Amino acid sequence: MGFLTNLINGISLGSVYAIIALGYTMVYGIAKMLNFAHGDVIMVGGYICFCCMQYLGLPPIVGILLAVVGCTCLGVVIERLAYKPLREAPSLAVLITAIGMSYFLQNSALLIWKSDPKVFPSVVSLPNITLFGGQLVVSPISIVTVLACVVVMVCLTLFTQRTKMGKAMRACSEDKAAAQLMGIDVNATISMVFAIGSGLAAIAGVLLCSAYPVLMPTTGSMPGIKAFTAAVFGGIGSIPGAALGGILLGVIEIFARAYIGTQLADAIVFAVLIVVLLVRPAGLLGKEMHEKV
Amino acid sequence: MSMLEVHDLHVYYGSIHAVKGVSFNVEAGEIVTLIGANGAGKSTTLNTVSGILRPRTGTIEFEGESLVGVPAHKMVSRGIALCPEGRRVFGNLTVRENLEMGAFTRPDDEARETRREVYERFPRLKERRNQLAATLSGGEQQMLAMGRALMSKPKLLMLDEPSMGLAPILVQEIFDIIKALNEDGTTVLLVEQNASKALAIADRGYVLEVGRVSKEGTGKDLLHDDDVRKAYLGG
Repeated sequence: MGFLTNLINGISLGSVYAIIALGYTMVYGIAKMLNFAHGDVIMVGGYICFCCMQYLGLPPIVGILLAVVGCTCLGVVIERLAYKPLREAPSLAVLITAIGMSYFLQNSALLIWKSDPKVFPSVVSLPNITLFGGQLVVSPISIVTVLACVVVMVCLTLFTQRTKMGKAMRACSEDKAAAQLMGIDVNATISMVFAIGSGLAAIAGVLLCSAYPVLMPTTGSMPGIKAFTAAVFGGIGSIPGAALGGILLGVIEIFARAYIGTQLADAIVFAVLIVVLLVRPAGLLGKEMHEKV
Repeated sequence: MSMLEVHDLHVYYGSIHAVKGVSFNVEAGEIVTLIGANGAGKSTTLNTVSGILRPRTGTIEFEGESLVGVPAHKMVSRGIALCPEGRRVFGNLTVRENLEMGAFTRPDDEARETRREVYERFPRLKERRNQLAATLSGGEQQMLAMGRALMSKPKLLMLDEPSMGLAPILVQEIFDIIKALNEDGTTVLLVEQNASKALAIADRGYVLEVGRVSKEGTGKDLLHDDDVRKAYLGG
């Protein structure tokens, strides 16, 4: 039963990574940049939800919605102010700006919410589910997290495959100049992707804080890096890759923690990444880039 | 008033002066071709008209309205479509999705109607409509690129080197299609290195040399011009 419990926890943690990784992978797909501030948007989402529930006494669902709205706006503003002026700049300049933005968000949070950890009230107030006569205990937040991940994946897949805006997004990812010639507003499309990614980050933030209820200005940074790893692991730019990478990473992390040791868990996660990248440099589901002449 | 009037266009890439005072016009219903060697400024001119590049000075007027400063994505709704050099189809999208993108700014029901017309003109695209564009042959990709440009129902269709890299039999087919499109009412601005084929179907042509128009005339006159023959038609 210990195995099953760990597996469920792993999939649940992996689902959070997957939702965060979607933001990295979609932004990378269209803007060809690594948005290292993405992890900190998670933290902001957590704080917004926390404030709504703790200080304003709003029900959790309202807190989640406001967190999504807040992070969506934040993502669009970050893109407009920090990244859009650098659209033609070398990628190193964009990378450094993203890292700077990450520190800016962390330090702003430090000013607003101070450094003391906040105890995050869970957004799911259901009792634990006990199976097999008490041998297997599943927390409801795990189930909600996995369900949220499935819903997000299904919606995003339908969006990118079936809708005109989703197809335009894929067209922009492939060839911005050609997309413009079709009448697609590339800047608006990039803003939309940042909006979607940041909205998802808010959901991930709330789920993460509900499962691991400590909220600090640095809360988003480690999950952010892990989710980035998951996106690379699955093949950056690929939406199913982000989901697969996220879940695998979560499961590996929990198993490493349970069977090998807590201190070594992160090292093992990144070691697996290195091995996968040695064998498949484009990631599990990533496409090798061939230039067609 | 001409459909498209370009006057004294100057375009720079950084400090490189690529187009040095090009002027030309396209009347409604015509096929006009810009010919010239590599680096003569043909594609630069087209890309400037389509809004991808900005001119340093000069005017571009389409149906009496200035196009300078209009962003590229606003061009299709004005009735201008560019089928770019190298085809630039979306390889990870299906043939059908590529065509849908061509009609991005139009309502879905109108786009469906136009898609039927495009499939009639290019039956191969209909056969392959669910295939990824990357899996098409070069000739099929060119047809897709042209079909995609037609999806916006342009008044002016600009084609940049449509015959590049195609087998001779396909080249003829592409030129036949351009001619047929024009007969059905689309005005065409054609940039080509294959000068003899381009001039054969064009009403008028302009010869570009290092960023300037060195000669202009009807397609027939240019086809029989000694200098043009020597420089671009192999004697």
